[in-house]
Amino acid sequence: MKTYKRIFQSSVAGLFLIAGTLFAQTPDQLTPPDALIKMVVTEVMTTVKSDPDIQKGNIPKIVDLVEKKIVPYTDMRRTTEMAMGPNWKKATPEQQAQLSLEFKNLLIRTYSGALSQLRDQTVQFKPLRAAPDDKEVIVKTVVLGRGDPVPLDYRLEKTPNGWKVYDMNIMGVWLVEAYRNQFSNQISQNGIEGLVKFLQDRNKQLAAAKPTN
Amino acid sequence: MMSLIHNLWRKLSRLIMLSFAVLMVGCASIPAGVEPSPHDPWEPFNRSVFEFNEGLDAYLLKPVVAAYRFVLPEFIREGIYNFFSNYGDIYTALYNLLQGKPGDAFNDLMRVAVNTTMGLGGLIDLATPGGLEKHKEDWGQTLGVWGVPAGPYVVLPFFGPSNVRDTFGTAADLESDYLFRLLPNVGLRNSLTGLRVVNARNTYYEAGDLLDGAAIDKYSFVRDAYIQRRQYQINEGREDEESEIPVYENPYQ
Repeated sequence: MKTYKRIFQSSVAGLFLIAGTLFAQTPDQLTPPDALIKMVVTEVMTTVKSDPDIQKGNIPKIVDLVEKKIVPYTDMRRTTEMAMGPNWKKATPEQQAQLSLEFKNLLIRTYSGALSQLRDQTVQFKPLRAAPDDKEVIVKTVVLGRGDPVPLDYRLEKTPNGWKVYDMNIMGVWLVEAYRNQFSNQISQNGIEGLVKFLQDRNKQLAAAKPTN
Repeated sequence: MMSLIHNLWRKLSRLIMLSFAVLMVGCASIPAGVEPSPHDPWEPFNRSVFEFNEGLDAYLLKPVVAAYRFVLPEFIREGIYNFFSNYGDIYTALYNLLQGKPGDAFNDLMRVAVNTTMGLGGLIDLATPGGLEKHKEDWGQTLGVWGVPAGPYVVLPFFGPSNVRDTFGTAADLESDYLFRLLPNVGLRNSLTGLRVVNARNTYYEAGDLLDGAAIDKYSFVRDAYIQRRQYQINEGREDEESEIPVYENPYQ
């Protein structure tokens, strides 16, 4: 009988262990990039689908979700640097910090509306094509649901703090690439300070706008 | 073949005439200080057509789509979307075959077979949840896969962002389109075309607003995105997919 009890106990413990790895899905430094994306995307989708406030377009709540569940796995400074191109070095450290913050807020504002639209969509994760020692990878996904499937790819870089997303491809368009001309045109017209001011004004404007749905 | 080319030309010249008519309305100027893009030598002309399209969208198409969304319940709009999507799959199968992707072409044909029969004439998309992936191909992409260069960026009236290659592509798409051109009943044909336009605009109803918030200069944002997207679509399914990844020259600091 004693052996049975022990077998029972250890198998219960084993079950908890398995359940622990399955459900406590908080990525850490060692999480491989494709698993990281899968965890973050799955968690965000579950949260949005189970939260009526978010579905009604409650912007502060969406922003909060993005800040907590997505931003920690991104490197917005890197994103901003890449989008700025050669202009990055001409910016003071203070301007660099401002630009990273304002660009992050602009992206959160523009995509928060899209997040609140999530209903019965599912995400298909494509197998990762990368070598084990790669420092940079692309994780490919497709969002299926209403309308045409939307390819969504993430570009990640290995950092001491784990893999971080710094660029995203939406329907064939890399975010960084799309903003390169936007930034450089604004800078050639109004300087780096002008770009900072433009982004600040736009973010205030978007924050004041009513949610569309 | 000759008559096809002749027809193509007729269609193209009509498009060009239309573009000039739009141009007469006024040539938009490039904002001061903006670097001219090497892909966009006709920017002043393109900007004016872009403005025309934006106006058309804001004052005609978008209100019509809003009414469409108000009047029809979602499941009917989805049925309409699925119907045209299924119809498009027939052409996509053909283009995939022409692009040397027989696997994708077979997948697309299976989609049509499943959705047309079990999906009630295409009103329900059973193929996607069944694991048959949806593709979308057109003549412009097919020409691109064959190695035809894109040429300068062009904004077409009504059709929006394009380039020289895709302008020919769009003309060929229209020319070979049964529902648009070859369906014998003119009344039905026109109604279907109207419904298709509304359906197409409806699929990016929210995305259109998103662009206004995201872009610093909407014209160049849409242009740069279009150029990238077409290249991505043409490279899609190729073995050396690494070529899709842009190289950002500034090193990490």
